[in-house]
Amino acid sequence: MQLADHHAEAERLMTICNACRYCEGLCAVFPAMEMRRSFGAGDLDYLANLCHGCGACYVDCQFSPPHEFEVNVPRTLATVRARSYRDHAWPGFLRSLFDHNGLAISLAAALGVAGFILGFVSWHQPAVLVEAHRDPSSFYALMPHEAMVTLFGTAFLLALVALAMGFRSFWRAAREQIPEPAGGGSLLQALRDAGTLRYLDGGGVGCYNEDERPTDNRRFYHHLTFYGFLLCFAATTSATLMHYLLDMPAPYAWYMPPKVLGTLGGLGLIVGPVGLFLARIRRDPELNDADCSGIDTAFIGMLFGTGLTGILLMLLRQTPAMGIMLALHLGFVLALFVTMPYSKFVHGIYRYAALVLYALERRRLGSKADRS
Amino acid sequence: MGETWDVLVAGGGNAALCAAIAARRAGARVLVVEAAPKFYRGGNTRHTRNMRCAHETATEHLTGPYTEDEFWDDLLRVTQGQTDEDLARYMIAKSSHMLGWIGEQGVRFQPSLGGTLSLGRTNSFFLGGGRAMLNALYLTAEKLGVEVRYDTPITALEIDNGRFRAAILNGTTRIEARSFVAAAGGFEANLEWLKESWGDRAENFLIRGTPYNRGDVLRMLIDAGVEPVGDPTQCHAVAIDARAPKFDGGIITRLDCVVFGIVVNSEARRFYDEGEDFWPKRYAIWGRLVADQPDQIAYILFDAKSLKMFMPSLYPPVTAGSIAELAGKLGLDAARLEATVGDFNGAVRSGSFDHTVLDDCRTEGLNPPKTHWARRIDEAPFYAYPVRPGITFTYLGTRVDRHARVRMANVGPSENMFAAGEIMAGNVLGRGYAAGIGMTIGGVFGRIAGEEAARHAVG
Repeated sequence: MQLADHHAEAERLMTICNACRYCEGLCAVFPAMEMRRSFGAGDLDYLANLCHGCGACYVDCQFSPPHEFEVNVPRTLATVRARSYRDHAWPGFLRSLFDHNGLAISLAAALGVAGFILGFVSWHQPAVLVEAHRDPSSFYALMPHEAMVTLFGTAFLLALVALAMGFRSFWRAAREQIPEPAGGGSLLQALRDAGTLRYLDGGGVGCYNEDERPTDNRRFYHHLTFYGFLLCFAATTSATLMHYLLDMPAPYAWYMPPKVLGTLGGLGLIVGPVGLFLARIRRDPELNDADCSGIDTAFIGMLFGTGLTGILLMLLRQTPAMGIMLALHLGFVLALFVTMPYSKFVHGIYRYAALVLYALERRRLGSKADRS
Repeated sequence: MGETWDVLVAGGGNAALCAAIAARRAGARVLVVEAAPKFYRGGNTRHTRNMRCAHETATEHLTGPYTEDEFWDDLLRVTQGQTDEDLARYMIAKSSHMLGWIGEQGVRFQPSLGGTLSLGRTNSFFLGGGRAMLNALYLTAEKLGVEVRYDTPITALEIDNGRFRAAILNGTTRIEARSFVAAAGGFEANLEWLKESWGDRAENFLIRGTPYNRGDVLRMLIDAGVEPVGDPTQCHAVAIDARAPKFDGGIITRLDCVVFGIVVNSEARRFYDEGEDFWPKRYAIWGRLVADQPDQIAYILFDAKSLKMFMPSLYPPVTAGSIAELAGKLGLDAARLEATVGDFNGAVRSGSFDHTVLDDCRTEGLNPPKTHWARRIDEAPFYAYPVRPGITFTYLGTRVDRHARVRMANVGPSENMFAAGEIMAGNVLGRGYAAGIGMTIGGVFGRIAGEEAARHAVG
């Protein structure tokens, strides 16, 4: 089958790299490549999602530009990776949301915020938006708890279904040459590798971002972002459990789990994305796929917005700004949920899937004594 | 405008950087001048991947011990005795300290690469390859305060009675230095020089490294009376894919499939026993064999059953459904090629094929014979790789002593000139090659040259 342009370039590079193999100790991509002699679209999507973009293979490569072979693995795999998000998205007619992702996601956020403002105003007096609120359950005066749960629950479920379908499509394509069934060991191994960002360390000295000096801190900022997100998710989950199981509705004291988790998570979601954004604009343009800067920026922008509005909402809860802040925060969160399957959020899903497949392949490799 | 430095290092590869770092650590002010632009810095080092050092025990990255005696035996075997035993044994003894020292300079290692398990005990592989190794050395040198200038060839040397005075950079800048370290490699990329020994055949050679390995410093030193060492006519040449670029195709243009098929020249005739010995022991003779064929080109032919038995290479093989079609695609005489393949197939005596041992698959009554791994070429599709001589390095160099001090012909050791790396490899490696030994020579003598140069310059 004829490969599309982005796959064809990745195949060209993997053929070169497979004849060289100097980078095999740097990360998971090259050992996985060595287990193949030919590279189909699914194989390339798999390898691209194994790549964390640490840049080490670029600065270590004797054939990177200006060499005539023009080997630029980080950029080429970034392009394939971004295209894989689009190609595996479900339902198909929404794939075009990836084409102008920054615009699509900004629109979703704006619509979300505007929707809540309009909703609050039309269900209540416009004044509710600008009053000072001293009533402890004032959030639910603006929007009843059941309405919030229904709206966000539905959005979340729809996103989950779309994400699951995308995962299924990616998984089927990526395991073209991996017949083994996924087992507990591989799932756990992948969880460890993803959770520690094992392959975002430039082969041990740190990542390359601006030049050949390994000074990059993206792993640290990604940890802040990712664990911040998980903490926020845990905060919401704990609040839901306390509401329904323990009959303890919000608001919660500062030391209660939803507050502690949410505050820490929110701070992570503010600092992490800022760090990632600064790293991105300082990055050597040779390493970046220009086409995916919109996807990256939109997603870290959404996470930053979610974290910032959440923290502000907490701080301004008893002031006249509360109504607007609540609309802003709920608008961002809803847009984040709705756009999850059509944003860079999916990188986590496919990265995890690729790491599971790699763990499976590693086991096979271990059983082979001599590959020479 | 003149400048004065303690130590001037010519070159930018492993040997040059080891010398610069060692000299700087010994307190000298060091200037490194590299003829190549920054991307191509480091000469052949950028294409290397490991270093052969003696060690007493297995380590995290090495599967077992490699004693100094075993190292010496290997060196004696590959050079067939063309080595300076005293210097070679001294280098081998020093090599056992090299892994630790170069690790302290930021170079990182990993277990042997896929497809190179035979080297896992003897050779330490650089994590990320030779360019990663170079990057680490340059970063360390920079942190220590070594100054490096790229695009800066030395165009003249001022040498009086074996004493270095100054170098002219880029034809303009005059640099004085108390000591001079020549670590600027051989002349493998200098086609004019290669032609002195090879004639017009050299026009058809491909150069595996960068176009900057021109040997200018080597020539200036010899012209100034430095005693040469090594065969001036010889070079390390392997058969690489004929479609490779003229320069700097590196490792990925190599082909490891000779033992699986037959090799014919442009007259569609075989010319050498393809199954003489294991490939790692024979790959380095094929460059010269092809250089002796008409138009310096040959074709490795094999069939479907061998396609996946060797390391993949950069370019896909030429593919055809029949031998005649393959001949057409290669521009060979179809009838002649069919006859060559037919004769070969008819001479093959069946045995049990096993490419990991010297098996009993061979030809009978064929000249030249194929003495192992001979299997009929009869299963379509048929494949071919065109190959040409690929030049890795040259053997001519400057004679040195244990202190890496160059010797002046008929005079004795120079007062303040030192040499390290490929430019003096011929002292130890008069012929042949063993994987990773070039980096050992560069690392060990680079460090010695740096320390001795600093000792002379700053006491």
